[in-house]
Amino acid sequence: MKISEVPQDAIKTMAGEKKALYAVDHQGEYARTVTRGWEAEEIVLTQVIEDFEVKAKLAADRVRRGETSPIEYFMNKKWMDSLTLAQAMGLFHWQVKRHFRVSVFKKLKKRTLTEYARLFGVSVERLKNFSGEE
Amino acid sequence: MAEPKTFKHQQYAHCESGVVTALLNHRGLDLSEPMVFGIAGGLTFAYLPFIKITNMPVVAYRMFPGAIIRGTAKNLGVRFETRRYSDPQRAFAELCALVDDGQCVGLQTSVYWLPYFPAEMRFQFNSHNLIVYGRVAEEFLVSDPVFEQVVRVKAEDLQNARFARGALAPKGFLYYPIRISTQIDRSEVIRKAIRKTVRMMLYAPLPFIGIKGIEYMARRIEKLKNGDPRYARLYLGHIVRMQEEIGTGGGGFRFMYAAFLQEASRLLSSVPLEEASRLMTEAGDRWRLFALACARACKGKTVDFDPEKIAMLLRECAIQEKRVYTFLKSLKR
Repeated sequence: MKISEVPQDAIKTMAGEKKALYAVDHQGEYARTVTRGWEAEEIVLTQVIEDFEVKAKLAADRVRRGETSPIEYFMNKKWMDSLTLAQAMGLFHWQVKRHFRVSVFKKLKKRTLTEYARLFGVSVERLKNFSGEE
Repeated sequence: MAEPKTFKHQQYAHCESGVVTALLNHRGLDLSEPMVFGIAGGLTFAYLPFIKITNMPVVAYRMFPGAIIRGTAKNLGVRFETRRYSDPQRAFAELCALVDDGQCVGLQTSVYWLPYFPAEMRFQFNSHNLIVYGRVAEEFLVSDPVFEQVVRVKAEDLQNARFARGALAPKGFLYYPIRISTQIDRSEVIRKAIRKTVRMMLYAPLPFIGIKGIEYMARRIEKLKNGDPRYARLYLGHIVRMQEEIGTGGGGFRFMYAAFLQEASRLLSSVPLEEASRLMTEAGDRWRLFALACARACKGKTVDFDPEKIAMLLRECAIQEKRVYTFLKSLKR
């Protein structure tokens, strides 16, 4: 890639940051230069974020109907799947899936709830009382 | 508390090679990032269908986290002091002591907990490298090689980032060079490193690694035509996200390696290496075309896309890379 071809698409996902990369100048010499992002990169990043947002919305609906716990909602809000969440919590996968059950969630220990809240970056109150209204 | 030592911040393309390069430069060993990347044998291709990230296979364009630190230690004769911790409090105390003593240290961290990252990039990724070069009150002075400017990070955030759990958990991993050998024949080291990368890319005994791995991925993409198009789009997007990891410029680290080959050609006065660099640049350009085709497929939610065409673009990457490695292999030692 030539320096003149380095994409400068000023993509939203980079929030104005620039990244360094290596490209060749007009004489074929490699140099470090900067990019403001590439459209292709934005498309694929937005794609996965939107996918999580859709899942979060569906989870919120199900929280409202009492079919799942707020954990599933916040998990998607923070762009995690259940396996990633389990690993980040230091729990088994089945434990996290069990915590999606409303009856189990209601009986969760304070310590577990605090740990979930810390990971999600919300207060314990917000986690406990999330009713599905975003 | 000592005044923070002056540390020359420099933006690099990739976090691990950037941190290692910056730490070595700080200690007076003048090496470029591509040189460090190349000598450490940072380049690879691996498609790992049995290891999943958010339900998608791992696709790696560079060696696994930690490989550049280990490769630098081994090939360049640099001794690193490395520490991992089970006790976060001890990790914190030792970091403070080192930093107050004027030591610049590399840390492995999780992007998820670093507030200075753009929100859209804060996924659960546990292998981000950065340098701490000082502290002021409750904040650490951080030189993150993939950012333009130095940043300050609150002690609490840094603790969270160092002790994030999950795949490749950092466990407070900390490292810095303590001894740099001056007895290294750099041209011999470069030749050896190139030979090793070539061997892996051409002859790795597993069908998921090197050229065979690229061809394997091409076959998987072809099969998408029979499946759910929504999954197909997410799958293609995932591949590009792995390729577009910070600093690759879409070329999946191929441009960085081409820069290494060019620099090597000057150091070794080898004209063929310059040619190899040019061929590798072409490989990077093909990876970009492939990424663009994938991204377009992701974007058009209603428009149909042709997995066979995308797989074909990927095969061209494999063909071009094979050309580079075969050429490199043919060079007289």
